Amino acid sequence: MSDQRTIGTRGGSSSVGPQTSAGVLKEDPSQTSAGSLKEDPAASPSRNILEVRGVSKSFHDPVTIPVLKEVSLDVKRGEFVSITGKSGCGKSTLLYILSTMDTDYEGAVAIDGEPTRGLSGERLARIRNEKIGFVFQFHYLLTEFSVIKNVMLPGLKLGKYSAQEVEHRAMERLRELGMHDQALKKANQLSGGQKQRVAIARALINDPLIIMGDEPTGNLDSHNSAIVFDMFKKIASEHEQSLLVVTHDNDFAARTDRIIEMDDGKVMT
Amino acid sequence: MKLLLSIALTLLRAKLRQSIVAAVGVMFSITMFVTLLGFMNGLNDLLDGLILNRTPHVRLYNELQASPTQPIAYAYRMQPTTSGVDTHHFVRSVKPKDELPRLRNANAIMDALSRDPRVLAVSPRLVAQVFFNVGTVDLNGQVSGVDVMQEIRYYKFADYLVQGDPHDLATGNNTVVLGKGLADMMEAGIGEVVQVTTATGERTMLRVVGIFQSGIADVDKVQCFANIKTVQKLLSRPGSYYTDINVKLHDLLQAPAMAKEFSVRFGVDAVDIQTANAQFETGSSVRNIISYAVGIVLLIVAGFGIYNILNMMIYEKLDAIAILKATGFSGSDVRRIFLLLSMVIGLLGGVSGLLGGFALQNVIDIIPFNTSALPTIKTYPIDYDPKYYIIAVTFALLTTWIAGWFPARKASEVDPVEIIRGK
Repeated sequence: MSDQRTIGTRGGSSSVGPQTSAGVLKEDPSQTSAGSLKEDPAASPSRNILEVRGVSKSFHDPVTIPVLKEVSLDVKRGEFVSITGKSGCGKSTLLYILSTMDTDYEGAVAIDGEPTRGLSGERLARIRNEKIGFVFQFHYLLTEFSVIKNVMLPGLKLGKYSAQEVEHRAMERLRELGMHDQALKKANQLSGGQKQRVAIARALINDPLIIMGDEPTGNLDSHNSAIVFDMFKKIASEHEQSLLVVTHDNDFAARTDRIIEMDDGKVMT
Repeated sequence: MKLLLSIALTLLRAKLRQSIVAAVGVMFSITMFVTLLGFMNGLNDLLDGLILNRTPHVRLYNELQASPTQPIAYAYRMQPTTSGVDTHHFVRSVKPKDELPRLRNANAIMDALSRDPRVLAVSPRLVAQVFFNVGTVDLNGQVSGVDVMQEIRYYKFADYLVQGDPHDLATGNNTVVLGKGLADMMEAGIGEVVQVTTATGERTMLRVVGIFQSGIADVDKVQCFANIKTVQKLLSRPGSYYTDINVKLHDLLQAPAMAKEFSVRFGVDAVDIQTANAQFETGSSVRNIISYAVGIVLLIVAGFGIYNILNMMIYEKLDAIAILKATGFSGSDVRRIFLLLSMVIGLLGGVSGLLGGFALQNVIDIIPFNTSALPTIKTYPIDYDPKYYIIAVTFALLTTWIAGWFPARKASEVDPVEIIRGK
């Protein structure tokens, strides 16, 4: 946690930094959060895990089409946020920018107080590994590996715990999600709902600050959808982890803490 | 790194058939590379050995020469030419001296040579031209008086004896080893006695104790060997009478320089092995170039195989690459995974190729190969030098590294967003 403070302070004080990121942090309406960072970030529940300021993006192929227009938003610790909107409104594009995988945009994004613009691929990979968990629509498990190994891989990459500990933690996560008896199966022997639960276990293995989902229930029936939602809800409340989920499922969105509605590349609410 | 290796191995196991095909490609080329080089060099050594084993690195001798300075030159050197024009002498009155072809002060020269740290062995020789009397016919022959023990030790004399024991030559008096061609012409076998006439007309009886075959028919028709004492006696010369001194060096490559040095130092003629047998070096190096070229071509072909299989694997594994990147593996991690994958294929193929090569070399080594020119060779020659194994495995790893590098770089550049969104 002390290490988060230093990162936070660095992010906050880099007012001479490149691009608009420094300016963004200054014009941050919730100046209180910056102030609270200096005191004790861990103690503050209103601390922003994710800060987005004036993010724009255009596709240039074959003609320039703006997909995101000056998007700004914050996600607080422990908050369960959903992003909704018609298909093509740019919500997925936004999510991939926030996930640090897409670096081709204008504006500023800070994760846990650390501006991500201009960081090396190595460092961004580290941030994804340590601070972000992903759940995608199409499960995306590695079919060559067993269920438990799929869950373990990001943990082994982080290298914070020994292999045995990572395995133990992975088993715990699977148990929480009711998948521990499938641990030794190959990933492609599972049903869709099961795969998605394994993907959630994998997203949780490194205790990330925020879990991002791109239509995590889009491919599931209503029963499995409900299971997945309940799990997300539990995660957010139990571990104080934030959730940012892109969905077009209005029932799903309605039950989250906050809905960010997007239309034509802009945030409506 | 351990994690990346375990991921690479899992991917490899998932594509076991293709991986094995790629590894077999490498194995095949390494097998051929090792076998080819071992066989080629075995042959090279054999052919070079035909001459090189029996040839001294430096030979010191005295050549019959015209006098380099004619008396008239002395006369003109006394009177400097006033006109400044150089003169040319047409008067060449002094003919080559009637001089014995012996080396003067041979014992002292041998002493000095054996103290030289660069010299491995020094052995004297005395060569005599003789006639062998067979009935009414006189056959031309050349008897070399040798220090038999030195010849056995440094010039593989025993390898070229097809019959008889070389030690009989060392111990016995008035004994001779005949060339195979000569012995056949005289129909002389071991234990028989032949009559020899020297150039000065003296006759001696010599007992045959062995038959010698060098592999070069012309040589075998005239060449004979005897104890150096026997030849000195044959020529009625004293015990310090030698016509040649053969020098074997520690380093063959120093021979030309040392030949010059000895020539000046001892005032004798000296010829080095490179000058005497220039063609062998050329033949060996050409054969070497050919075998390396073939081996490397085979490896390049195997490299393309690996390149193809990795490329295919990467297209099939785009999802996996995207998910690895999304969950915190960087581009260089992904590149390392695929490079490791390639290297594992290369290493497995390379090591099994070495074993295959060794096995194939052993098979060739027991194939019978009989030729009258090479009496001691019974099977095809193989050079088992570990050098070729090391070169082969180095090339295998290098090729697979290069073949893996391009697909691995492509994998590292995969944009995960494109893959994940593209579904």
